[in-house]
Amino acid sequence: MAKKPRVKVPSSAKKGEVIQIKTLAPHKMETGRRKSKGKLVPRMIINKFVAKFNGKEVFSTDMHPAISANPYFSFYTKVSESGTFEFSWTDDKGKTVKASRKITVK
Amino acid sequence: MAKSNIQIARRDVLRAAGLGAVAVAASSVLPSESFATPAKADALLKKLTGGAAAKSGRVTIKLPEIAENGRTVPLSVTVDSPMTSKDYVKAIHVLSEGNPTPAVASFNLSASSGKAAVSTRIRLGKTQNVIAAAVMNDGSVYVAKKKIKVTIGGCGG
Repeated sequence: MAKKPRVKVPSSAKKGEVIQIKTLAPHKMETGRRKSKGKLVPRMIINKFVAKFNGKEVFSTDMHPAISANPYFSFYTKVSESGTFEFSWTDDKGKTVKASRKITVK
Repeated sequence: MAKSNIQIARRDVLRAAGLGAVAVAASSVLPSESFATPAKADALLKKLTGGAAAKSGRVTIKLPEIAENGRTVPLSVTVDSPMTSKDYVKAIHVLSEGNPTPAVASFNLSASSGKAAVSTRIRLGKTQNVIAAAVMNDGSVYVAKKKIKVTIGGCGG
């Protein structure tokens, strides 16, 4: 996962508002079933995505090879205070890539 | 080389008629991978949802009728729920009845999710049913199934 994940989070919201978050992580998501030059390419996918807000988990996904390459997720969360979202993507090797976004809630 | 092995195995099978011998002979000619089946998907569903009786309703699956490209098929699942601390969706599980393996993804939500609606893109190997199961905070389970036609399968990469 050399490239940076893309995240769309509104920069501000009203207290109690339900906002939509969209995330896109560049990754081949090798299923382990693809052949290249006659050999089976081993499985290597992002298997976990976690979204936290001010340190508390608000959404997460356990993923399998059936998730398409460049995994895309859209989900909702209710915000009641300003703070920071932390997103993390972890692959089969345990490597994690993170991204964060701040939001002002009035 | 392979032919002589099969011929020897056949002889053994005829003599022994043991399941083990048949299995060895069979595995040398059949493809090594087996695809998921509705039964496998159902077994996984029970495991993920704790075996609670699956109710219908509340869950809506949005999938195209025909997937032109099985490598990336847009999927949305919405669950009719007030999403309050007393009544909310804890998890949404997506399963496949026809991919090499039935597991697709499990989304973990909370009372602060606001809306039980998730979207993603999935790989589908062939025409099949996609299953979405919502597990509520009280343990109850709601399941929906949707069939989708796949013109070009997306599991081989």
